[in-house]
Amino acid sequence: MLRVVQSQANDTTADPAAPLSIRGLTVSYGQKPAVFSVDFTARAGRMTAIVGPNGAGKSTLLKAVLGIETAVAGQVRVFGADLSMQRHRVAYVPQRASVDWDFPTRVIDVVLGGLYRELGLLGRVRKHHMDYARDCLSRVGMEEFEGRQIGQLSGGQQQRVFLARALAQNADLYLLDEPFAGVDAATERAIVAVLKGLKAEGRTVIVVHHDLSTLRDYFDDVWLISTRRVAEGPVKEVFTEANLRATYGGRLAPAQIDMLSRQDG
Amino acid sequence: MLVDALFLQMGYNATLVTLGAGLLGFAAGISGTFLFLRNRALLSDAISHATLPGVALAFLLMVALGGDGRSLPGLLAGSAVSALLGLLCVNALVRHTRLNEDAAIGAVLSVFFGFGVVLLTVIQTLPQGRQAGLESFLLGSTAAMLWADALIIAGGGAAVVVLALLFRRPFLLVAFDAAYARARGLPVARLDLLMMGLVMAITVVGLKIVGLILVVALLIVPPVTARLWTDVAARVVWLSGIFGASAAYVGAAISATAPDLPTGPIIVLVSFVVFVVSLLLAPSRGVLAAWLRYRRFQKRIHIRQGLLALAQGHPIYERLTLRLLVAAGWARGDGVATDDGMGYAARALRDEARWTALRTDNRFEAAAAMYDGVRDIDTVLTSDQIAEIDRRIAETPA
Repeated sequence: MLRVVQSQANDTTADPAAPLSIRGLTVSYGQKPAVFSVDFTARAGRMTAIVGPNGAGKSTLLKAVLGIETAVAGQVRVFGADLSMQRHRVAYVPQRASVDWDFPTRVIDVVLGGLYRELGLLGRVRKHHMDYARDCLSRVGMEEFEGRQIGQLSGGQQQRVFLARALAQNADLYLLDEPFAGVDAATERAIVAVLKGLKAEGRTVIVVHHDLSTLRDYFDDVWLISTRRVAEGPVKEVFTEANLRATYGGRLAPAQIDMLSRQDG
Repeated sequence: MLVDALFLQMGYNATLVTLGAGLLGFAAGISGTFLFLRNRALLSDAISHATLPGVALAFLLMVALGGDGRSLPGLLAGSAVSALLGLLCVNALVRHTRLNEDAAIGAVLSVFFGFGVVLLTVIQTLPQGRQAGLESFLLGSTAAMLWADALIIAGGGAAVVVLALLFRRPFLLVAFDAAYARARGLPVARLDLLMMGLVMAITVVGLKIVGLILVVALLIVPPVTARLWTDVAARVVWLSGIFGASAAYVGAAISATAPDLPTGPIIVLVSFVVFVVSLLLAPSRGVLAAWLRYRRFQKRIHIRQGLLALAQGHPIYERLTLRLLVAAGWARGDGVATDDGMGYAARALRDEARWTALRTDNRFEAAAAMYDGVRDIDTVLTSDQIAEIDRRIAETPA
């Protein structure tokens, strides 16, 4: 009667310097764990989607990785070390920045915030800093807006500005929480192009994603989560009917599951 | 000495002060609760500081009219007028500019207070001003409290309590959900004004005993303390009144035991002690209770994860997990399961397999959503349902 639940091999011998490796992570709001004992390992230079139903713990997982939420148990290693040693190599774009939109800051100032580490406490913003920040803005197609107050942009444009700030940080691991939620088509295209560009540069991108229809187009790997880890691996192998059923249960109609898992690129 | 003071055996003046303080504390605790629950506690600080120029101007006016200048009713009336002015200034700044309330409060508070201090300095230079003793309104002074003063405090406090209790339902409704209250046709702006008016009345009445700088403590500390003990707003109101009254009564009694012990500051310190004790010991919201709850929960998580790791032959990553398993007698120090431990581990793994099977079955959708890793499956399924799940697991090819 002993049956191993996790069908995937539990790769405890995984790459010790993986961009992100999570072991036995449990995160709880009050007395109800949102994420229970999950293991995941991100592979370098790939785009990984975190996929699961609402309330499955996707955003919570990211926040716990970043130390925004405190874990009850578990280990998180970033490039083989503790996060505190590697923070400068990790960039995070929250789902919707919880900032004061009336704050006296222009688009370019937000992006310069990504250079905090270079500028230090007293460093002057020099021309090459400005040029670099403008370059980051043009990568997300927002170079014309650099003088705008941040609250005067549309939601999609704001999202792109925060992505530009993350780019300015020049990190090796990018964590994005539902960057495509509620944005216009132009923004979605711009963000995807930027993320693919990051991948081409050998950086690792992990995205909380909820649109199953674009999963195959955008991503190499997928982590399926529903409080527990359901599966992880290349999209082609893992995005199967059985796994989707195990992740979403009754929350996806059988016809939907069938269509999505058959769909080809 | 203290016992004498607590039983009002310290003479006429001390008795008057102690009783007056107790009543003031009760009224302040009650009216402060609504302000606190409306998330506008700091507004009371602006109100109290805005009383100072009123006190000074009333003194000057009474002297100019040929009066004594020190009559308490006159001074209190002046303080009420300028407090109201300060309150209206804050409201106007918030409504007509893009300033946040905290910035508006800070601006009004400091400007009114600064103006008041300037006026006090001017009064010092007047021949009538020397003996005025208006500085005592800053920190309170009970040395020369008169029967008439005590009556003002008693009367004002009682009126505030009656009004606050009369309007407690609309006050609480506005504090909880102002939009709903507006939709129901409640006069939210006027109710807010009345709420502030009561706080203003307490401030004015309390000037004599605790002074304008510290009266804010009587309005805020008791409701914050009471909130720790209960989740029911009506109980917060009463508890806050009781905490406020006891702190003020005991504080005033302590200050009566020695000459020159300032009444207001001692009352504030006593209510702070009550607050700290509550913060540590209150059930459910207290620091100690929360800590114990978290430790118990953390233990459950680690034991569960540890058992699952044992069952699947995975290494145990965390020292706490191993320590708990060893303490339970389920693992040896080197992380190998004992016989006992294997039994429990197998059971944990079996439940985990049941949950996994549950999740792929539409009929159990509601139950599957209850999964959080630590919940026992027999709390969401009947034994018949569990048996059915087990049959399905047995039929599925491995």
